[in-house]
Amino acid sequence: MKEVKDHATLAEQFNIDEPRVNWHDETLWFVRQKRDRAAHAIPDWELLRETASGIKQHVLSNLHDYLEQFEANAKANGITVHWAADAVEHNQIVLSILQQHGVNRMVKSKSMLTEECHLNDYLEQHGVEVIDSDLGERIVQLAKEPPSHIVLPCIHKKKEEIGEIFHEHLGSPAGMADPQVLTETARHHLREVFITRRAALTGVNFAVAETGEFIVCTNEGNADMGTHLADVHIACMGIEKLIPKREHLGVFLRLLARSATGQPITTYSSHFRKPRPGHEIHMVLVDNGRSTQLGREDFRNSLKCIRCGACMNTCPVYRRSGGHSYHNAVAGPIGAILAPNLDMHKNADLPFASTLCGSCSNVCPVKIDIHDQLYKWRQVIVKEGYADKKKGMGMKLMTQTFASPAAFQSAGKAGRWLLKNAPFTVNNQLNPWYKQREMPVPPKESFGEWYRKNRKKNEQ
Amino acid sequence: MRIGLFIPCYVDQFYPRAAVATLELLEKLGVEVVYPLRQTCCGQPMANSGYEHLTKESNELFIQNFKEFDYIVAPSGSCVLHLKDHLHSDKHPADAAAIRGKVYELIEFLTDVLQVEKLEASFPHKVGLHQSCHGQRGLKLSQMSEVVAPAFSKPEQFLNMVQGLELIPLTRQDECCGFGGTFCVAEEAVSVKMGKDRVADHLQHEAAYITGADMSCLMHMEGILRRQKSNVKVLHIAEILNAQEL
Ligand code: SF4
Repeated sequence: MKEVKDHATLAEQFNIDEPRVNWHDETLWFVRQKRDRAAHAIPDWELLRETASGIKQHVLSNLHDYLEQFEANAKANGITVHWAADAVEHNQIVLSILQQHGVNRMVKSKSMLTEECHLNDYLEQHGVEVIDSDLGERIVQLAKEPPSHIVLPCIHKKKEEIGEIFHEHLGSPAGMADPQVLTETARHHLREVFITRRAALTGVNFAVAETGEFIVCTNEGNADMGTHLADVHIACMGIEKLIPKREHLGVFLRLLARSATGQPITTYSSHFRKPRPGHEIHMVLVDNGRSTQLGREDFRNSLKCIRCGACMNTCPVYRRSGGHSYHNAVAGPIGAILAPNLDMHKNADLPFASTLCGSCSNVCPVKIDIHDQLYKWRQVIVKEGYADKKKGMGMKLMTQTFASPAAFQSAGKAGRWLLKNAPFTVNNQLNPWYKQREMPVPPKESFGEWYRKNRKKNEQ
Repeated sequence: MRIGLFIPCYVDQFYPRAAVATLELLEKLGVEVVYPLRQTCCGQPMANSGYEHLTKESNELFIQNFKEFDYIVAPSGSCVLHLKDHLHSDKHPADAAAIRGKVYELIEFLTDVLQVEKLEASFPHKVGLHQSCHGQRGLKLSQMSEVVAPAFSKPEQFLNMVQGLELIPLTRQDECCGFGGTFCVAEEAVSVKMGKDRVADHLQHEAAYITGADMSCLMHMEGILRRQKSNVKVLHIAEILNAQEL
C-alpha cells in the first residue's frame, strides 16, 4: 500500500513557493484579526466561551439521553431518523434514500462530515452525481481537491486560479479574475442545479434535543435554496452536534460566526423542524469514532468542537503549511486531535505538527484544551508504537545523558569542542537545524565550569 | 530566602552569559542563590516529543538537586512550564509536588515573589521583545491577543525600568517563532519559515536587539539572523536587566 506522506514532507513542499506561503499566512491572519475585533467588541466574550464549554460538557456527559430525546422529538415532527455507526454505513444510508426515490443527481451544502466519510466518491462510484453548492466547496470540487479548511474550503486558491477553473468548467472568459464576475458565474450555474435536483443534502451545525429541530448556518443561502426546492432533504450530523435546548442556541450562534469570520452572525441560520406536506426530511446520526473518542478521557473534550475554524486561522503552523498538509478532512489543530482517533497509524504525525504555542486553545470558543491534547496524543502515539523508531533511540540516548551529571557535562564539552574544532560534523545538510540556520557559537566554557571557578564558596 | 538556580541544559552549554546575568541579577537584588552542580535537564525535550515516560530519572535527579530550596528560579519559561505541569515522581511524590509549586521563571519570580519595582540598569538601544509562547500563554507572563481581558506584560514592565532602552512595537504582538523544541528539526521547513517571519517583524520595526525570557526561541532566531548576515543581536532578558551600558 502506498504510504501517506506526513505533515512535515507535505509542508516542506508547500514552502517551496515562499511568496505563496506569505499570501496564505496573511490571508488567514486577516481573518484572525477580524475575529479579534469581533470578540473584543463583546465585553462578556470570555463568559460566553465558558458558558458554551459548560453546555457542551453537559451534553457529552449525557449524550445518550439527549440523543434519545432528539430522536423522539424529531420523529414526532415527521423527520425520519437513521443511525450510522461509521462512514460506510453513513454512505450506504444516504445512497439507499436516494435510490428509493430514483434520484441520481443531488445537490449538497455545508458538510464536513460527508468529507470525513468520503461520501462524494462513494456516490459517484454508485452512479450518483453530487454537486457541492457552496462556492468554496464547488471550486475545490471542480479542481478535484479536498477542502483545505473547514470554513474557508478554498482559502489556498488565489482568485486568478479560480478564474481559470471557472473558465475551464463553467465557461467564464479566459483570464477573468474579478470576484464579482466569478461569483455571478457560479450563481447562474448553481441556479440551474437547484431547480433540477430532487434531493438535497446538508450538514448540521446544531440539533436541539428539546424540539427535535436542527440548524444550518450559511452565508450564501445555498443550503436553503437546495433544500427548499428539493423533495427530499437529507441532513447528516455527527452525534456530538446536539445541544439540549433552543435557548442555548443564542450562546453558540454568537460565538460561531465571530470566531469563524468575525461576523456577528452568519447570514442565514436556518431552522429545520418538520417536512412540508409531500416532502421528506431524513436525519442521519453518525458516530464514526465519536463514541470511542468520548471514551478517551483525555480527548473527549475535542467533541465540543463547533467547527468554527478559528484554531486554524490562529495556528502559526497551519498558516504556513496549508490545510492539505494535514491529509485529513479536518485540518489544523483540531483536526490533529480528531484524526488519530480515526486512524492512529495514518495520522500519527499530526499531533507533532505543532509548536504547542497554545494559541488554538485560547481562541477556541468552546475552550477545548487543544494544545494539551496534542501533548497527550504524543505520549499515546509513542507508547503504542506509532512513532519513528530512530527517534526513539535518540531519545533513549538523551535520557541516559540527562540522567547522569557526569555524562551530561562530558557530552556538552564534546559537543562544544566539536562545534568549535570540527564544525563540518554538524554544519552540513544532514543536520536539519543547519539547513537554513547557523549553529550557536560555542562559548569557551559552560556555565557550570564558570560557576566552579567564580563561585567556589557555594560548591556543594 | 535560599534560591536554587536552575540553568537549562542548552543555556549551560551554549549561552552561559545568560546564566551569569541571571545569577548576578538575583544577587544584586539581595537574595542568596545556589547553583546545584549536579543538575542537567528538566526533561522537556523528551516529554514534548512523546517520551515523558523516559523522564523518570532526570526527574529524580532534579528533585535531589532542588528539593531543599525555598524557591527554584530558571531563566526559561518553557522549562519552568514543563516542570510545573509534568514533574512527577513515584518515589518522592511530595517533593515533586512541592517543587511544582515553587519553581519560577525569572521574570515571574522578580514580579510575583520579589516584587521588584526598581532596577539599576541601563541599555540605550532599540529592543524588540519576543513573547515566547510557553512564558506568555503557559505561565501568563503577559496577556495574549486571543483573550478578551486587560493587557499586561511582566517582561515589558521590567524592560521599561531599564534606562535608555527603547522598546519597539511589533505588528504581530505574540506570534510564535517556530522553535517548539524538536519541532525545529522535525518540521524544519515550517519552523524556519516561522522564524524568518518573526525576525522580519523585529527588523521592520528597526530593532537592534531581540530579547525574551526564553533562550531557546532566541537561539532559533539568532540562527536565522546569522544566516541572513544580520547585525541584529539576541540577548536574554536577564542580560539586559543586568546591563550597565552608558
Ligand atoms: S476546536 Fe475550537 S476553534 Fe477549532 S474549530 Fe473547533 S470550536 Fe473552532
